[in-house]
Amino acid sequence: MLEVKDLHVTVEGNEILKGLSLTVNAGEVHAIMGPNGSGKSTLSAVIAGKEDYEVTSGSITFEGRDVLEMEIEERAQAGLLLGFQYPVEIPGVKNIYLLKAALNAQRKARGENEIPAPEFMKLVREKLAFMKMDASFLQRAVNEGFSGGEKKRNEILQMLLLEPKLAMLDEIDSGLDIDAMKIVADGVNSLRSEERAVLMVTHYQRLLDYITPDYVHVLVDGRIAKSGDKSLALELESRGYEWVLEESAA
Amino acid sequence: MSATHTFLNRLEERTAYRRESAATPEPSWVAARRQAGAARFEALGFPTKRDEAWKYTDVRRISEGDFALAQDADFSPTTAATLGLPLDAIRLSFVDGVFSAELSDMADLPAGLGVEPLSKAMSTNHEAVGGSLGRLAGVEFSPFTALNTALADEGAVIRIGSGVVVEKPILVQFFSRANAQPVMSHPRVLIEAGARSQATIIEHYVGEAEAANFTNVVGEALLERGAILSHYILQEASLQDAHIGSLHIDQGRDSRFTSFNINLGGALVRNDLISDLNAEGAEANYYGLFFAQGRQHVDNHTLVNHNAPHTFSNENYKGILGDRARGVFNGKVIVKRDSQKIEAHQSNANLLLSDRAEIDTKPELEIYADDVKCSHGATTGQLDEEAVFALRTRGIDEQTARGLLTLAFAGEVMDKVTLDTVAERVERAVAGKLPERFNLSDLVDVATANQA
Repeated sequence: MLEVKDLHVTVEGNEILKGLSLTVNAGEVHAIMGPNGSGKSTLSAVIAGKEDYEVTSGSITFEGRDVLEMEIEERAQAGLLLGFQYPVEIPGVKNIYLLKAALNAQRKARGENEIPAPEFMKLVREKLAFMKMDASFLQRAVNEGFSGGEKKRNEILQMLLLEPKLAMLDEIDSGLDIDAMKIVADGVNSLRSEERAVLMVTHYQRLLDYITPDYVHVLVDGRIAKSGDKSLALELESRGYEWVLEESAA
Repeated sequence: MSATHTFLNRLEERTAYRRESAATPEPSWVAARRQAGAARFEALGFPTKRDEAWKYTDVRRISEGDFALAQDADFSPTTAATLGLPLDAIRLSFVDGVFSAELSDMADLPAGLGVEPLSKAMSTNHEAVGGSLGRLAGVEFSPFTALNTALADEGAVIRIGSGVVVEKPILVQFFSRANAQPVMSHPRVLIEAGARSQATIIEHYVGEAEAANFTNVVGEALLERGAILSHYILQEASLQDAHIGSLHIDQGRDSRFTSFNINLGGALVRNDLISDLNAEGAEANYYGLFFAQGRQHVDNHTLVNHNAPHTFSNENYKGILGDRARGVFNGKVIVKRDSQKIEAHQSNANLLLSDRAEIDTKPELEIYADDVKCSHGATTGQLDEEAVFALRTRGIDEQTARGLLTLAFAGEVMDKVTLDTVAERVERAVAGKLPERFNLSDLVDVATANQA
């Protein structure tokens, strides 16, 4: 599904990713862990199309398409969706508008008609209930005045509605209390299926207690230094990152 | 020949024409007023950048022009329908300043409401008009008011009787044609809102894309005790048109005047809005939006005089400027001595969509009373690129994302607009056609229904 090959990325003259390769197949959940500054967030941001990131070499393909040649919105329409670590506040744009415009953009890209209002509302209300969010939320401006937990839930709500093929979650667990974490994890887990994949970037093992990954990768200095299954995350939790650093230096 | 004479010669031309063609001569007070206007205009001349009130606005597009006076109101009803607002409204229409009965619809006026062209009001009972016309907008106000006073012979007279609530909006349309020789018009708008009356009045300025005329309108609105008036200026003139307008409002006790001053068109635009809050409980709400692109120049001046205690004013103007457009906002509030317990709030926020767009903004407060609540502020900024990115990552194309955010910026003002067709015009001008109506009232209805 997603194929990242020898990816080199520079931000403001600094090389952040230095030859990262990663393959994500449909049905899989991947967790990327690593110390601060290792380039974890850069990977998902580049895949989503963040403009300040310069890809100097390497490739990203998604279902055979060259992602780097696609516009930001085309990537989303193709089913690549990024859940932000720090969702941006958009004053004046109501959540309901964003949700409807986004869903219709996706349908339009697939050659489908706009969703009728009643059908849309039914769908949104269903997803809202799942995320334990109040309907009044729809009339509020996107993320404006939201608590950290509300912002993260909002990201997942968008995912539930847009049903991405590959959901990328950038530190979706940061700033969440345990109750909010469970709701967010339930949301992500409900997205799991044979056709879909999840790529989550996290600093903490805690999230992986709720969303069990098939693969865990340790990112060190812009490269994947070690890959394993969920037991690797537990090992990192108890031993820290030093041993991986030493191993990769050796 | 000086610029002022070029314009005043048109007065002589018109007077001669009127002498020959009109069935009845103009009443002497009208002729006297014309002379006063002409004399004042001649003395003042066109404003220059040395005049404080015109510091940022160059009127040479007007003063160096040669504008004739239109002789007829021929205009295709189909074009008029396309350009006009699709509203179920009482309609009064002018074409290059000339009244068009064909494009007007004043059938079935409710009892107590008078809507008629100035020419008709003058011929039926000129003395009834004479008392109000020019009372609020004197020739001293500006050279353009003086010029209007000299040349005006048409316009809208709207009289709302005491206690009359007008359900339908009253739409006054000013069409500007693509003429071989550019024309000028000097319409008057006279509104008398009786005690406890209520109405919505829309002045709509629109025209053919190739029109390059000069409109110089002067409006006066008199609100008696408890009158409630919503007033729209929707200025969508062609991108070659020059538009100068002033509206002078006199408010009695407990009256409420709400202004929506929306400017989307015109090459050179200057609006003055002046409210006198003359008695306790009077309230003025000013909502303004200007959107300019290319080399458009839009200047909005407002002045609220708190002449009595317990009066309220609230002003919110938003400007959106792209390309090399230039905007001016000057909002002034004057609180007279002894006007205690008043409240005055004013804000102006501007969005610059390009590096070469420019805004000059100046909120001013002059307070001579000590027990008042006042605030003012101005901000200018650009679109939040992070928000553009965030929307695009949800599959929304860049143009729509930018349009949405630009509209969202205008939101505080647009949320107050209750006429959907006006909101739609703004939406289309600012954001192009969005996938769904921005305010999504239909969805809200469905949401409420689902909840019930």
